[in-house]
Amino acid sequence: MTHAAAATHRTSMGLDSRKMAFWAFIGSECLLFGSLISTYLVYKGRSVVGPYPHEILNIPFTSVSTFDLLMSSLMMVLALAAVQRGDMKWGKIWLFSTALLGLVFLGGQVIEFTEFVHKGLTIGTNLFGCTFFVLTGTHGAHVTVGVLWLLTLWVRALQGKLGPANAMTVEITGLYWHFVDVVWIVIFTVVYLIQ
Amino acid sequence: MLGISSLAAGFNFIVTILNLRAPGMKMMRVPTFSWMTLVTNFLIITAFPVITVGLLFLMFDRFFGTHFYVREAGATPILWQHLFWLFGHPEVYILILPAMGIVSEVLPTFARKPLFGYTVVVYSGILIGFMGWGVWSHHMFSVGLGPIADSVFSATSMLIAVPTGVKIFNWIATLWGGDIRGTTALHFAVGFVAMFIIGGLSGVTHASPPADLQQTDSYYVVAHIHYVFFGGTIFGLFAGIYYWWPKMTGRLLDETLGKMHFWLQFVGMNLAFFPMHFIGLLGMPRRVYTYSPDLGVSDLNLVSTIGAFLIALSILIFVVNLWRSRTRGRPAPNDPWGGATLEWSIPSPPPPYNFSVIPTVENRLPRWRTERHGPMKDPPAVPPAPIHMPGGSWWPMVAALGLPLAALALLTHTLWVAFVGAAVLLFGIYRWAFEPFEV
Amino acid sequence: MSGDARGGTTGTRAAGHEAAHGHPTVGVYLRIAAVLVVLTVLEVGVFYVPAFHPVLVPTLLVLSAVKFTLVVLFYMHLRSDSRFFSFLFGAPLMLAAVVLVALLLLFFGALTLRGASGGG
Repeated sequence: MTHAAAATHRTSMGLDSRKMAFWAFIGSECLLFGSLISTYLVYKGRSVVGPYPHEILNIPFTSVSTFDLLMSSLMMVLALAAVQRGDMKWGKIWLFSTALLGLVFLGGQVIEFTEFVHKGLTIGTNLFGCTFFVLTGTHGAHVTVGVLWLLTLWVRALQGKLGPANAMTVEITGLYWHFVDVVWIVIFTVVYLIQ
Repeated sequence: MLGISSLAAGFNFIVTILNLRAPGMKMMRVPTFSWMTLVTNFLIITAFPVITVGLLFLMFDRFFGTHFYVREAGATPILWQHLFWLFGHPEVYILILPAMGIVSEVLPTFARKPLFGYTVVVYSGILIGFMGWGVWSHHMFSVGLGPIADSVFSATSMLIAVPTGVKIFNWIATLWGGDIRGTTALHFAVGFVAMFIIGGLSGVTHASPPADLQQTDSYYVVAHIHYVFFGGTIFGLFAGIYYWWPKMTGRLLDETLGKMHFWLQFVGMNLAFFPMHFIGLLGMPRRVYTYSPDLGVSDLNLVSTIGAFLIALSILIFVVNLWRSRTRGRPAPNDPWGGATLEWSIPSPPPPYNFSVIPTVENRLPRWRTERHGPMKDPPAVPPAPIHMPGGSWWPMVAALGLPLAALALLTHTLWVAFVGAAVLLFGIYRWAFEPFEV
Repeated sequence: MSGDARGGTTGTRAAGHEAAHGHPTVGVYLRIAAVLVVLTVLEVGVFYVPAFHPVLVPTLLVLSAVKFTLVVLFYMHLRSDSRFFSFLFGAPLMLAAVVLVALLLLFFGALTLRGASGGG
């Protein structure tokens, strides 16, 4: 049995160990965000003082953010496809674009949060404030980590150290990024659209 | 911080047990300790995020002015209870399943008989893992959840006793008719079974809300938890220590001292915790630092105290045993006990690469001769081919250092310290990620 | 595993290689993206069109569930990957969903004056 590198030696289930570990991580993140979303839902409508969601949430603005994140998922998957077939020119372009759209999303969150604070909703104002800011803040923190991760990959690609041989790293980055997107799909529906 | 390390260990163990087994090591040939570890780690990766969120809310309430648990804002501390026990109940199965796995390996070795009903024991463990998620509010029977919630959780809590009971019968059946060798490890394993039965029985009484209304927050619960934690987990761990110490260190522990440890600890444990069933029902609350002499529980408390001191003495004997074994323990052969599993086919202590040649596993009891197969050939003492070992790294520790630094920011109420911590964390992660795999 | 350095130039050229492995092609990715956009537009539409308000919640839940599923099955490759990955994701996901429903039931009415004496 050869032991060239951890990624390629025979495994009991024939699966890549890193990918398996990462799916297990995503499973545990379901419980993390599930608890946050459960709390949001349990406390919905229980704020004793305002501002209340319908007074503050800006659906058009957030719809654009949602669209932005969805498109970033597309770019992520295009980045993976490019790297897998060895097309590093497009790999770099798509990786950077994904990160850029992620930054745009984060910018949108900053603008939104600042707006809310100006309108009198802070993290300590009422239950809506606590649950909203902690839930979306945790999500935003995950997006931030994702952006850093993507930019790191992009820099590695620029240095010529990323290619089809280590496409698995891009795939795993993609799993993280899509998960973050999927959590936002839930948040957008549950927090913004169902008021 | 504990959450991150537990999760990381969880992912690691799950992938290792599922994806990095030796050739021929099918899942139903995997030793019970590894199986129970697998179930435990699934519980870890699902339960820890919930307590993380609960604690996050608590931290935000304390430091950042939120109201997650504040009644006046429309919230409720009951949310904390739910989040805590959603973690807390799976946590007790996290604590007991590995010990059950250990006992499932120790008993067969010293009965010279395969585990009775291996398949059933494995499936019961898996079932306990799943069902452990459905019982959490039995810790909240006195909180006023309502009759429907109470009834549902009462039913699920009674049901979960079934797979555990099944395992107990399997352990007893393993010993039955076996060729028993009374080593210290076996004493602790049998002690585990007996004490866990008692702890399980008091646990089942908690499953009834009306009964639990009297028991909860009293010393009766303390009795239950110590029978299962101490009589269960701790006894199981000691069984494992006396079983695997020779393998880990290459030295045998002294059996006489070991038995002294066991008996003192066994007597001490029962003296300490059995009276607590009574003092609890007599009305002594838990989590108090003193109590009124009029309660009439002073004498029984004294008995408990004596028991506690006996336990301490027994641990002292244990520590002496460990210490003496370093220089005066008899050198341990590969297989001091006649074990059935792979670890007994290699030297004690194992070389860094563990197996000079990775064995191909053909059955559940590779080192034993059974009616169906002969014993395996042990790997050669010297590796026939060079074995590549991964290099070590300091970077994970550097990264980990970032976290207590960031925590210091909260304790000292200075923001910039958090950034320093985050920077150290990031720096450590980057250096770790990009160092070469092969050294 | 995957990772042959077949030097493709533009996106759609690699379709053959990936289809051979059971992976979605770039064309599929683009079509999924279009569907996701349409679904989002529908979601926002349902929110704004008063006629839909009686069925707002179920409709939105279904629409977002479809989006969720599409991203997970196709962008995260679960459809063409080992079923074990689906288990690693699906089991905790179902657990989280059940816990969420349980918490909602447990708190249903419990925080109002009427509910304080016992739920449901």
